[in-house]
Amino acid sequence: MNSVIETENLTKEFDGLVAVDHITLNVGKGEVFGFLGPNGAGKTTAVKMLCTILNPTSGAAKVCGHDIVRQRDEVRECIGIVFQDKAIDTFLTGKENLDFHARMYHLDRKTREARVTEVLDLLDLKGKENMRISECSGGTQRRFEVARGFLNHPKVLFLDEPTLGLDVQARRNLWDYIKMLNEKEGITIILTTHYMEEADYLCHRVAIIDHGRIVAMDTPEKLKRTVGLNLISLQIAQDSSGSLVDALKQLGWIKKVEPRDGSLELSIDGGEEKIPELIDFADSRGLVISSVKLYKPSLEDTFLHYTGKTIREQEGSVMEIWKAWMRRSGGRR
Amino acid sequence: MRAIGIRRIIDPLPIYTMWLREMKRFLRVKARVVGSLLMPLFFLAFLGLPMSFMPARQIPGLEGIGYLDFLAPGIVGMTLLFAGTMSGASVIWDKEFGFLKEVLVAPVSRFSVILGRSLGGMTTAIIQALVIVGIAVAMGVTLSSVPGFLLAIVIMILTCATFTGFGLIIATKLGNLEGFMAIMNLIVFPIFFLSGALFPVQSMPSWLRYIMYVDPLTYGVDGLRGTLIGISAFPLWLDFTVLLILCLALATLGSYFFSKMEAD
Repeated sequence: MNSVIETENLTKEFDGLVAVDHITLNVGKGEVFGFLGPNGAGKTTAVKMLCTILNPTSGAAKVCGHDIVRQRDEVRECIGIVFQDKAIDTFLTGKENLDFHARMYHLDRKTREARVTEVLDLLDLKGKENMRISECSGGTQRRFEVARGFLNHPKVLFLDEPTLGLDVQARRNLWDYIKMLNEKEGITIILTTHYMEEADYLCHRVAIIDHGRIVAMDTPEKLKRTVGLNLISLQIAQDSSGSLVDALKQLGWIKKVEPRDGSLELSIDGGEEKIPELIDFADSRGLVISSVKLYKPSLEDTFLHYTGKTIREQEGSVMEIWKAWMRRSGGRR
Repeated sequence: MRAIGIRRIIDPLPIYTMWLREMKRFLRVKARVVGSLLMPLFFLAFLGLPMSFMPARQIPGLEGIGYLDFLAPGIVGMTLLFAGTMSGASVIWDKEFGFLKEVLVAPVSRFSVILGRSLGGMTTAIIQALVIVGIAVAMGVTLSSVPGFLLAIVIMILTCATFTGFGLIIATKLGNLEGFMAIMNLIVFPIFFLSGALFPVQSMPSWLRYIMYVDPLTYGVDGLRGTLIGISAFPLWLDFTVLLILCLALATLGSYFFSKMEAD
């Protein structure tokens, strides 16, 4: 009853190539649900089927209780879409685009005017509505598209790679608007993305999709936890690691200890709250910790864990995970 | 929120909306308005005027009138051919630039979408055609009569609808922008040159005449000449009937292809 989207073995093939492979999922009302996957994983295809743009090869799906094949128009009435590629008339102004959309959805004049004002307000587009779209920045154009997407009071808003090609600021900005829409208007949001931070920041639940298949589906928190433990890197001022290692191993929440380059790496069951404990522990042994660093697995690690090779192959070795982390965080900054 | 009973095939509000969009787009791009009028103007000024200084009175189909008078309806026909075909074929642009997607997922029948769009394109085409008539008159062409002029508008609508449908068929069958302009020119220019817009059908040898009879624009140009200037190769009813059948057939086929087109 509370499911806004239900799919059962939803499948799409293109000339024998399986783009979406037996996807079964439920999305509840008011949820922000993300499809996370690399390019070509089948995210967009999945969304296109749910939006009635493509027909599934097999399987079934319901959006707002309507079948996506047999009740297309009913589905279309209750959804809003922001496409991956720009799909806004650049010759018209933002307001004209919104007006146009409202008319296509049969909103009468009064409702139309009220609603257009409302969404312009909501997305802070006031003052830009009479600019031609071609003169707006990429972020603003995108915001107009989002505004248009939920103009017709959709129950579900589909966002296909909403922040693709936006700069960091515009992206952050758009995230907050998306969050606000979900919280303020209670819209269920389905989004596809290949940005980890985006899925992590926005989604209540994430489905990691690879080669058309859902390989994992859970909250970002739980997904991250499945990859592994947090890591603490510890540097001791004195050189007495040998005895310390043995002592640390006695602590229940420390799963693994490995010395490396004069520091110790601990896999721990827990987070920041363990750091004081660790310091006390060292103190009681007359040792001074000169530096502590905590590393948490990111959604990216989870992602690699489920889709790729790296993490899974090297699970055993803390060193390898460490190296992988260093590489990635080094590459990011 | 709103209940919309039965989805209508002909849905007035979206049709009007699509029409309005075409009009706004047309008027907004000033360069396009001017550009679309320049070519016909050049034909009239740089072909029509010089030719009218030449002694050509004995050519069948040109007796008793100046070449400019003869040419003007042909150029009006050309305007309709180009503008109509472009209007239909520019669906490909909308598709390429994504705008069409948004329209196609709206809960509106495809027929309404394409009807509104085509009506918009036709309106702009006919406005252009009327401007050309105005320019021709300013250059000294005399129109036959007021009823003739009104009848000419009917011929314009039919001609334009024919080529809009034709453009739509090309666009939906071609499917992408690559080689689009080349193919357009390859098809549109022969249609123009073989339509009797530049020379009278009657004075051609029979093999060429038969080719010209197959050209839809031949009937459009002849109908326009009959109504605007008062001379024509065929009886007016024939032009009218041929155009009516063609326009219904092509427009129906075009909108059928459009409705079957994939949104993606």
